[in-house]
Amino acid sequence: MSTFSAIGEEREIDRDEYTPGVEPQPTWCPGCGDFSVLKALKQALPEVGRTPEETLLCTGIGCSGKLNSYLDTYGFHTIHGRSLPVARAAKLANPDLEVIAAGGDGDGYGIGGNHFIHTARENHDMAYIVFNNEIFGLTKGQTSPTSPKGHKSKTQPSGSAKEPIKPLSMSLNAGASYVARTAAVNPNQAKEIITEAIEHDGFAHVDFLTQCPTWNKDARQYVPYIDVNESDDYNFDKTDRVEAAEMMRETEESLYEGEVLTGRFYVDEDRPSYGEEKRAIGEMPEEPLAERYWDDDYEWERSHDMFLDKHA
Amino acid sequence: MTDDELIWRISGGSGDGIASTSQNFAKALMRSGLNVFTHRHYPSRIRGGHTYTEVRASEDPVNSRGDGYNFLLALGDSFARNPQEEAVYGNEEIKPLSENLDELREGGVIVYDEGLLDASEIPNFEERAEENDWHVYPLDLRGLARDQGREVMRNTAGVGATCAITGMELDHVQDLMRDAMPEKILEPNLEILQIAYDQVREEYDVDAPDVSVPTGEHDEEQLLMSGSDAISYGAIDEGCRFISGYPMTPWTEVFTIMTKNLPKLGGISEQVEDEIAAAALAVGASHAGVKAMSGSSGGGFALMSEPLGLAEMTETPVVLVEAMRAGPSTGMPTKPEQSDLEHVLYTSQGDSQRVVLAPGTVEEAYEQSRLAFRLAYEYQIPSILLYDQKLGGELTNVPKSHFDREPNPTLGKTLSEDALADEPHSADGKFHRFQHDVDDGVSPRSIPGQKGGRFLATGNEHDPTGHISESPDNRVAQIDRRTEKLAAIRDDLDQVDTGSYAGPEEAEYGILTFGSQQGTVEEAVGRLNDAGHSVKSYGVSDMLPFPTEQVAEFIESVDEVLVVEMTASGQFRGLVQKNLGRYGEKLSSLLKYNGNPFEPAEIVDGFEAALVEDDGDASGHQTTFVPAAGD
Ligand SMILES: Cc1ncc(C[n+]2csc(CCOP(=O)(O)OP(=O)(O)O)c2C)c(N)n1
Ligand code: SF4
Repeated sequence: MSTFSAIGEEREIDRDEYTPGVEPQPTWCPGCGDFSVLKALKQALPEVGRTPEETLLCTGIGCSGKLNSYLDTYGFHTIHGRSLPVARAAKLANPDLEVIAAGGDGDGYGIGGNHFIHTARENHDMAYIVFNNEIFGLTKGQTSPTSPKGHKSKTQPSGSAKEPIKPLSMSLNAGASYVARTAAVNPNQAKEIITEAIEHDGFAHVDFLTQCPTWNKDARQYVPYIDVNESDDYNFDKTDRVEAAEMMRETEESLYEGEVLTGRFYVDEDRPSYGEEKRAIGEMPEEPLAERYWDDDYEWERSHDMFLDKHA
Repeated sequence: MTDDELIWRISGGSGDGIASTSQNFAKALMRSGLNVFTHRHYPSRIRGGHTYTEVRASEDPVNSRGDGYNFLLALGDSFARNPQEEAVYGNEEIKPLSENLDELREGGVIVYDEGLLDASEIPNFEERAEENDWHVYPLDLRGLARDQGREVMRNTAGVGATCAITGMELDHVQDLMRDAMPEKILEPNLEILQIAYDQVREEYDVDAPDVSVPTGEHDEEQLLMSGSDAISYGAIDEGCRFISGYPMTPWTEVFTIMTKNLPKLGGISEQVEDEIAAAALAVGASHAGVKAMSGSSGGGFALMSEPLGLAEMTETPVVLVEAMRAGPSTGMPTKPEQSDLEHVLYTSQGDSQRVVLAPGTVEEAYEQSRLAFRLAYEYQIPSILLYDQKLGGELTNVPKSHFDREPNPTLGKTLSEDALADEPHSADGKFHRFQHDVDDGVSPRSIPGQKGGRFLATGNEHDPTGHISESPDNRVAQIDRRTEKLAAIRDDLDQVDTGSYAGPEEAEYGILTFGSQQGTVEEAVGRLNDAGHSVKSYGVSDMLPFPTEQVAEFIESVDEVLVVEMTASGQFRGLVQKNLGRYGEKLSSLLKYNGNPFEPAEIVDGFEAALVEDDGDASGHQTTFVPAAGD
């Protein structure tokens, strides 16, 4: 159908196509880890073969949420914590779109925590990238759900009494079928993992360690990382939930001790995505719902013909 | 009060089948040619507890529950029974009989199941029956059904007894049973119906009471439908194929009707984690090019406030339904009120724009559900359909032809790829989705996946391409354009002719109301004029943009106006005064907020006390009269 002819278009895609021609004044601070996510995405999307016009990027609110001001796809900069429900529905309405969701740790694990759990549980087909800088950036440095215990900020002046959230374990337990962590300091791994996450058929959660030099100078994301898939010290089967869970526990505990373990922690290629599940039980049409509104030959059903007899 | 009407109240415990029995009985009455209207009363619990439904039937149109009732079928007690065993729980045994007597009219009929209820436990029952000339039929409905091996079918026995006493033929009831029941239970039900009918006719003097089923005839095919049904069918006919929600009474009715039907139409329904998600999903689906709705009741709608604002700022069309119940907080979950009016008008931050429509009848619910979608998509603005537990749940007959309309699946000002190519773009190929200078404020939109349509939707203020902008000039241009839409929508609504007028054009007094109280007010207006008063009414449907001119004209044309609404604080009256900015000294309020909708008599009494006698004491009912105040 020519209605959405950007979808499925096969051609060479230049990464500059994702860059706004007239670059908006960047609002990110120099040295911000968010630039690395942007770069990784620009490299990954042409690799996946997706054009800017068939890609919908839904972001939350925060410094991270500004991502789609600098990545020139179709975009929806939503509200704080709500990128996932918006993205989910767009994907259900038009499964042919490449839907990507992104936001910060406060956005995704704090205010949007409920949506995070449920989107993972339902295994919606999308990549979800969380810029984890262990701080609230945009609102000037308050403690976030991933800030370490004891972290001092203006809203937790005596040091946080809370254990940080464990996002990898959370999404695994909730049902995500791809869970990985990467870091701004390793652009190659970041690009590969983001490419895989976009290609994965299901909910692909990438916890992306980004630095916030402005508000979180002490954070450990500057520490050299170890790629658990490359290192001989870490032998585990990433398709095995139990082994994956054990590795996640290790990486999530060691993160705050200065050892940053990254890589793919869980990959399940077999679990059907939510859209497939819904189709299988007859609760979602075979053709993208959004296309129907452009099909002049489609006969729109009327309540009069379908349901009124039971009221007679 | 007309004599040639039957108002049949069936009462028992929740879980006794009161709803299904009354629905079938109402349908049988409709099929026999009568106009019907039902009123539900139920507590917020799953099983047990006293509940009743009234079915009003008349040859004349009926648009309200009426005053009191004239036939009580006390079907069960208020215990919840375990169907397998005799185990019961609850402690309100005789309520279906004791609690219902106050509103039973003189000369009325009482049929009660003496297998379950003991009238001698009710103080002064016999004296009251005698004083009021009630005709009492203690029947062992439970025993009768049990003899046929099916105790649960005592409701059928009750319907059989009703028919015997009111002179209603059994054929319509039998036909309905044949339509609705599986073979296995059909036969015993038909038998029980007949036995009860015959037994009552043989053993009792059924000609004694003056309560009978009137006769009537429809000149076209009728449907029995609730407000929730009508809203759902309106949405479907307007091309809505996506709904997302989280259960909350009474919005759940629309949610479940849509969920049941959408997959059959190739649509999608999503029950999600909370109402914030629900509204955000509807916005996401609409952004991707689908007609979408969500909704909730009071507290759930409160959670939708942020996604609602997002839809406004990104100009994403979406329809939200708000089914009001008594608040604040979880209030009274199963009781109607209209006190979420200000909540839906003003929720969400900033100078926000939306459409709010409040249908008054089941027919209007269908109409305005369609209208809400049309306006949302044509003007790229969220529309809210505001109704209440009463309208959502009441069943009434509507001509089938009312639904015989063309579907309208159009998405509004949405550009094809060819058309997109001719629209303004920035140097980098970005489509100017939010153009400043367009007719009626509506900038045409593109849908993700279209070539040449790339743009950014954001809840932040943005420039024509969608990029975040805090430029003062752009801000003013964008906000002015978004606001301009409301004037265009008002013009549009003026063509559509929403709102309902009743009574003589040249009248001395006026009654203003909105939403589900419209039918009751109109019935009261009829009675008041019959009694020699000169009064007319206007049921306002558009809450935002408000029909200021029409309402001003109405108020100017009369001496004094009574504003009738189910709120404690006079929210609707406040809205009228806010929009008109004057006339305060002409408006008095009649308020009811005890969990029950108005009865016509309360409005008649309230009118007489407030406007004619001007003594400020509305009546002995649970209504409040708030006199006029100067501006
Ligand atoms: C409902 C709501 N609450 C609070 C805010 C204010 N707010 C904006 S961004 C933000 C925190 C962002 O932190 P994070 O998600 O970690 O992103 P970062 O800025 O670090 O990238 C907050 C609290 C808001 N916009 N909306
Ligand atoms: S405040 Fe921190 S997160 Fe935000 S842009 Fe600056 S460095 Fe990045």
